[in-house]
Amino acid sequence: MDLNFTPEEEAFREEVRTFLKDNLSEDLATKVRNGRELNKQDIESWHALLQTRSWLAATWPEEYGGPGWNAVQRHIFEEECAFANAPRIVPFGLGMLGPVLIKFGTEEQKKTILPRILSGEDWWCQGYSEPGAGSDLASLKTRAVRDGDDYIINGQKTWTTLGQFADKIFCLVRTSTEGKPQQGISFVLVDLKTPGIEMRPIKLIEGGFEVNEVFFTDVRVPVSNRVGEENQGWTIAKYLLGHERTNIAGVGASTEALNQLKALGRKVKRYGKPLAADPLFAARVAEVEIDLEAMRMTNLRMLFGTSDAQGSVSSMLKIKGTVIRQEINDLARRALGPAASPFPSEDVIGNYGIAPPEAAANAANYFNNRKLSIFGGSNEIQRNIIAKETFGA
Amino acid sequence: MDFTPTDDRRMIADSLRRFLSDTYPIEHRNKVAYDGAFHDPDGWAGLAELGIMGALVSEDDGGFGGAGFDITTVFEEMGRKICPEPLLANLMALRLYAAFGKSERIEAIVAGSERAAFAFDESDSFGDLGEISTTFEGGKLTGRKTVVYGGQAADWILVAAKSGGKLGLYEVKASDAEVLAYPMIDGGGAAEIVLDGTPAECVAEEATDAIEAALDAGRLALCAEAVGAMDVLKEMTRDYLMQRQQFGRPIALFQALQHRLVDFSIEIEQARSIVIHAGGKFETEERALAVAKAKNLIGRAGKLVAEEAVQMHGGIGMTWEYAGSHYAKRLIMIDHQLGDTEDQLRKVMALTDISSAA
Repeated sequence: MDLNFTPEEEAFREEVRTFLKDNLSEDLATKVRNGRELNKQDIESWHALLQTRSWLAATWPEEYGGPGWNAVQRHIFEEECAFANAPRIVPFGLGMLGPVLIKFGTEEQKKTILPRILSGEDWWCQGYSEPGAGSDLASLKTRAVRDGDDYIINGQKTWTTLGQFADKIFCLVRTSTEGKPQQGISFVLVDLKTPGIEMRPIKLIEGGFEVNEVFFTDVRVPVSNRVGEENQGWTIAKYLLGHERTNIAGVGASTEALNQLKALGRKVKRYGKPLAADPLFAARVAEVEIDLEAMRMTNLRMLFGTSDAQGSVSSMLKIKGTVIRQEINDLARRALGPAASPFPSEDVIGNYGIAPPEAAANAANYFNNRKLSIFGGSNEIQRNIIAKETFGA
Repeated sequence: MDFTPTDDRRMIADSLRRFLSDTYPIEHRNKVAYDGAFHDPDGWAGLAELGIMGALVSEDDGGFGGAGFDITTVFEEMGRKICPEPLLANLMALRLYAAFGKSERIEAIVAGSERAAFAFDESDSFGDLGEISTTFEGGKLTGRKTVVYGGQAADWILVAAKSGGKLGLYEVKASDAEVLAYPMIDGGGAAEIVLDGTPAECVAEEATDAIEAALDAGRLALCAEAVGAMDVLKEMTRDYLMQRQQFGRPIALFQALQHRLVDFSIEIEQARSIVIHAGGKFETEERALAVAKAKNLIGRAGKLVAEEAVQMHGGIGMTWEYAGSHYAKRLIMIDHQLGDTEDQLRKVMALTDISSAA
């Protein structure tokens, strides 16, 4: 065994690090570090900056404008971005639709859509979940009925992340009610400007707005907007779930969050001493650190063992990764004691100085990150996947 | 032994439950909890009319209750509706005024015509009265008090401050101090109280014991409030599991989820029991230990119930619109008030010191 990265990989890491140091503005990094909501322009300008190096679409091959990285390079890139507090790349066009088109799209679709994702002209969002179809996604009811060269779509999607910024949405829709529910689903691309679409924001537990409901009333979409064959949508959805999920455990982001937690522990005082000197706090931090160390290794074992994440390994990483991240969020909230209570408005963070500015949103972020174990296939669904593989049924 | 509440307490619980149900439907609760004065002044007047503040002080001191079980009776009901009124602040203030015979203030608070708050925490003094650095000198207070519950809606601020090496209690007219008000993340209001040579009245030069007792009353109240909130959140989660259909059946039929609801139900019963224990010991010399035990267990149980309830609700549990998310927030944030699970654990370890044989 050799647990070291190769000199080439280390050189690549250095290259990424230097790029981040030279190009990521302090303002933006601070916003990310402080857990503040990013606006559309923050994200778009960061995407554009990465694309100056063709680093934006990390999973795409070079012929489509990606960097052509292997899994290890992607991992190093993601880790360095997290350490630098770079904004997360919004995955819907770049990490999800792009790879789907590359695998299942027509030449025409690839030619027209992929460049607009890279350039930022089109912001894509996802239309999968419905009020009655969450964990049981295959029970989705949004109908697409054929009418000449069009589909007419009626129904409702929900939990559409950052839909408020989006131009277009990719949807799973029901094109047939024959056979098993999985067999009648198609993957369709919809322009959000099409008449009959209404997007409504959903306010989240901590007061933020990042998800939406999308209502479709007689929305007419050309059949040529379908990706793959009719009723093949489930295959595409499953491909996406298992696709190159090198970052599913969020090791880099958790490592950075843990470092910030330790810094906070040194800054705030309890019983006349820094909180970090308190054995109860220090013990819990040490436990998370141990768990994170092990998960980092599990993640690397997956990266080096296979080129693609296998279903159950990526499910394990999703469960453990989210639990660890939530534990760090929990400690970061608790570290503030009573100072965690104020609603993190600009006054509270900027002017009143109740908690250090980088920690003032810790409680809000704790509540927001309860989503981690719910979205992208809840941790219960991930357990089902592992159980299915374990018991073969 | 007899675990049934007295008739008087049952009557208070019943009338308070009816009043809160009528007055604080969740939409109204959320509106007043995050806006304006971060509570509902009309609601406060209604509480006074019901005699709720009077239930928190003894007959000798101008009320008609004041025992541990009176506090738990009232606050369990407050928790069932996650009522954002500054009752915790006024409970602590009432106890302090009672300790020093300030009957005029007690009368006004009980009548609902005035409100008070107790300012003790400073950024570097959380959980530790010994670290307080606000000082009283020549009739004036200087220092900064942080996250003063109910401070945004108080006429009077009772301030824990040092003078001549002693921890005393001083009273400030709220309008004489700089009050920076804000809502809390789980609703209700608090304030930063900035004292810069602010004129103050000395209530007591030495007030450590009275302050500890008032904080314990507050802790006991928070514990009971949590039990009320947990009961409701459990009912909501149970109802949701039975109603939500996935994979062609109610998800309540999945054993993996049943067991999780059962596990947290067990913790809720443990929580209820430890609060009864603390209520029973409240008038004895074991008060501090019993309250610390209760608040430690409540903190752990509250976190389990809040997190599991949100998780089992899925996305719905993450939304502002769903009442359950506000109960979850309240349960989590109760642990941040008046010392968290670990603060209580330290206290229990110190008070029980297992290294020295009895």
